[in-house]
Amino acid sequence: MKFVVAVKQVPDTAEVRIDSERGTLIRDGVPSIMNPFDTYALEEAMKWRDELGGVVTVITMGPPQAESVLKEAISMGADDAILISDRAFAGADTWATSHTLAAAVKELGDVDAVFFGKQAIDGDTAQTGPSVAASLDWPQITFVGKVRQLSQNSITAERYVETGTQVVRSELPVVLTILKDANVPRVPSLRGKMKSRKVQIPVWGLADLALTEDETGLNGSPTKVVVTATPEPRTGGQIHEGSTEELVAKLADLLLGEGSEG
Amino acid sequence: MSGFLEIKDSCTGCGICVKTCPVHALSINDVKKAVVSEDCTLCSICVDSCPFESLAVHHSFGGNKEELAKYSGILVLCEMRNGSPDRSTYELIGEARKLSAGEKEVSVLVITDDASGAVEKLIQSGADKVIKAVHKSFKHFSTEPWNSVLTHVIKEYHPEIVLAAATTTGRDVMPRVSKSLDTGLTADCTELRIDPDSGMLMQTRPAFGGNIMATIVCDRTRPQMSTVRPGVMKPMEPDTSRTGEIVELEITAEMVKNRSQVLEFIPTAGDEVDITEAEIVISGGRGMKNPENFDLLHDLAHLLGGTVGASRAAVDNGWIEYPRQVGQTGKTVQPATYLAVGISGAIQHRVGMQSSDVIYAVNKDRDASIFEFCTEGFVGDLFEIIPALVKEIEKRRK
Repeated sequence: MKFVVAVKQVPDTAEVRIDSERGTLIRDGVPSIMNPFDTYALEEAMKWRDELGGVVTVITMGPPQAESVLKEAISMGADDAILISDRAFAGADTWATSHTLAAAVKELGDVDAVFFGKQAIDGDTAQTGPSVAASLDWPQITFVGKVRQLSQNSITAERYVETGTQVVRSELPVVLTILKDANVPRVPSLRGKMKSRKVQIPVWGLADLALTEDETGLNGSPTKVVVTATPEPRTGGQIHEGSTEELVAKLADLLLGEGSEG
Repeated sequence: MSGFLEIKDSCTGCGICVKTCPVHALSINDVKKAVVSEDCTLCSICVDSCPFESLAVHHSFGGNKEELAKYSGILVLCEMRNGSPDRSTYELIGEARKLSAGEKEVSVLVITDDASGAVEKLIQSGADKVIKAVHKSFKHFSTEPWNSVLTHVIKEYHPEIVLAAATTTGRDVMPRVSKSLDTGLTADCTELRIDPDSGMLMQTRPAFGGNIMATIVCDRTRPQMSTVRPGVMKPMEPDTSRTGEIVELEITAEMVKNRSQVLEFIPTAGDEVDITEAEIVISGGRGMKNPENFDLLHDLAHLLGGTVGASRAAVDNGWIEYPRQVGQTGKTVQPATYLAVGISGAIQHRVGMQSSDVIYAVNKDRDASIFEFCTEGFVGDLFEIIPALVKEIEKRRK
């Protein structure tokens, strides 16, 4: 079987702090990590490769330094990796990103399934997976909490939705987005780490994918960000300090709608 | 490049913007001025960072005006739960009415195996037109038929705006529609408005774990499409005197074609609470210390007819179940009253509750960030205040 896992390098949002005076993000010293949700996608692909045989190829679109997440994936057990990187790809929205990733999947050829994490923690859109499926004109199963069965020509998976679980069977090739419920990702092995140190990761750019500048990056993106701002401060109200009795009396007034005179 | 970053003469070359730029497109030149490279994505993060207001992003909005003008009205995708429209659908219709400002037609598309419980409710809640796509195979949501019906309806009716809920349904099918129609989609919006000058839909959403709010436009293509976070927009009061047009869509073989099948649907056990429906939410955080202490909040919630919520810290510690989690990775609530107990008020929590009508907070730390945005704050020990509050309310009720 030929599996592809699409991963993304993201800033660790848990480490992002706000400069309250200027109201901007402080990115200095914020570590870049593999999007945590992608580790479940990688594990799921490797789990089925181990069962059925085949290869797991990890791809990412990003700047040259995004190579580090591909090496991390190889140290965890992926077979090979491709960095999709070109100046022309910068500033892509989910349409242009998925257009580019789909071109890479087509270039790889004969892929049985593409695994994505549920969403990336920086953009939080969850749009790239389904959009790649549309580009490839493949079926998709999103929000997969459990893959029940995977064979040469079909997959049965549990999709966790608001009101319960949908059990979905689909033809291959397919695009999946994986939840953290699906598995427990393995840790990098010593052998994997050795391999990741030596491996040469190919870089595919605009020409390799036979794409044009008009359909990638900022130019190819139908949406654009026009303003970014820190969330509007909701003006703080009155802060009460005092004895427990005073505080309780005031809070009871408010909760029971009795007013301060009550 | 559609637009450019302007660096004004007031630039002092202080270098703050260089550190802020996520794509390393800025540098300081020999004469102490910022310069921008072609790596700039016009993200605007540097604009806010500049203490001298020396930076400005100028967008050139593209698009063929004649082509864009062919599109009008707003289309809402209805989501069905147990034979009726989901609450999120009413919120979308309410928001569509607000955006319409009495000028744009609001249509609702319902894809189902049985629309009998939906059409009137949709009209009473603000729909001018209901488009029914009814087929026995449309019992459970499935990507391909929903995509086919949506793309067909959009090509037929040319709405300028399409709204769907940012649920597992909306977030599954809408990106597919976006690629099928080659137009933009903005995920999980928490604020929508029409720009009075350009008439474009300004779509605002949280990113970076809620640390920033990004406003996004889709300027060259139509429709402009958004998924909208449930629990943020307000539905309108149903008006039983409203009337509307009903259109029955002819279902073609193409629309029912599907390479996936829903074999089975297993509903979640029925006793699950829905904190998004409660008028009063009392949430506990890290300060609750253990699962037993949540009984204090349950007692109070019971007295007030409310329900108990929690911060991510409390859920991650296993003190309370995940469906009660409020915030970025949990649910968004907008009750009449929100009481935060032992919650510091991190941004990830705040984005899930800041639309509440009033927010009260109890925390022993005077510097907790929750006190910066609550309506009224109470500095004290929750283990003294909450039991005493329960007694006080019981006493007053006697």
